[in-house]
Amino acid sequence: MAKLTIARETCKGCGLCADVCPRQLLALSKEINSRGYHPIDITDQDKCIGCAFCARMCPDAVITVEK
Amino acid sequence: MAVVYEKTKLLTDKPLHYCPGCTHGIIHRLVAEAIDELGVQERTIGIAPVGCAVFAYDYFNCDMMEAAHGRAPAVATGCKRVNPNNIVFTYQGDGDLASIGAAEITHAATRGENITVIFVNNAIYGMTGGQMAPTTLPGQVTTTSPYGRDPALCGYPIRVSEMLATLDGSAYIARVSVHDVKHIMDAKKCIRKAFETQIAGKGFSLVEVLSSCPTNWGMTPKEALKWLEANMIPQYPLGVKKEVE
Repeated sequence: MAKLTIARETCKGCGLCADVCPRQLLALSKEINSRGYHPIDITDQDKCIGCAFCARMCPDAVITVEK
Repeated sequence: MAVVYEKTKLLTDKPLHYCPGCTHGIIHRLVAEAIDELGVQERTIGIAPVGCAVFAYDYFNCDMMEAAHGRAPAVATGCKRVNPNNIVFTYQGDGDLASIGAAEITHAATRGENITVIFVNNAIYGMTGGQMAPTTLPGQVTTTSPYGRDPALCGYPIRVSEMLATLDGSAYIARVSVHDVKHIMDAKKCIRKAFETQIAGKGFSLVEVLSSCPTNWGMTPKEALKWLEANMIPQYPLGVKKEVE
């Protein structure tokens, strides 16, 4: 099992990570961060395989992946 | 649990000012990771351009300088010649490098200055509001080419990598893209290779990175990357253009 940590305050909600997730586990949150963006959320942590595609795609380096 | 991927220490904690989905952030990270992996942080000097990346000095955790518009290769030349042990890179956009800085980059390359240039090509002027750049594609709509770039009126886009590869002074020239994970990994290899070229003292190295500008292209970040793949890569073929052994 892998663990995803998202820096919600620096995420700009561009959604590029969601597009590259092979399991479509990422979606924009309904909440808004202090900069006015909807940060990305992982919908089902248990299904994450830790491939880190999301982290490599993220322009703002907000994702940390552990496995 | 072991860390598979985390933000490199070569990037500061300051949030990037770039628009959501702008690939500048990816390219910053790749450059920072390459410097980190090569272990040359303490002797690296980066030169920031004028353009969207003008605040790059806030984001890299190494010594940074700011140059006048287009003059980053001239400043880099000074930094390198004063102390050849320095690892010097410039980070420039297409408006900065291919337009006002065309003379500086051409002569730095032909002199074989032992520096590394990261050239971010998004086919438009980003910071100033989406005007036509030397790299704008034929037919591409910008604020100064509202009916699409007409080559009969405005000329053709410049293929900087191919042009500089013809110069005897250049040692390593490559064009890469960051529109998907595979290409991001390839881009990282080429950027690392460019720094290795400099460390080995072989001469001028440049990596042109095809980048998106969702805001000024008028697209979502996802659409912009698809547009890049479909339109920019045919105009700007990827690959290593020159590699001196």
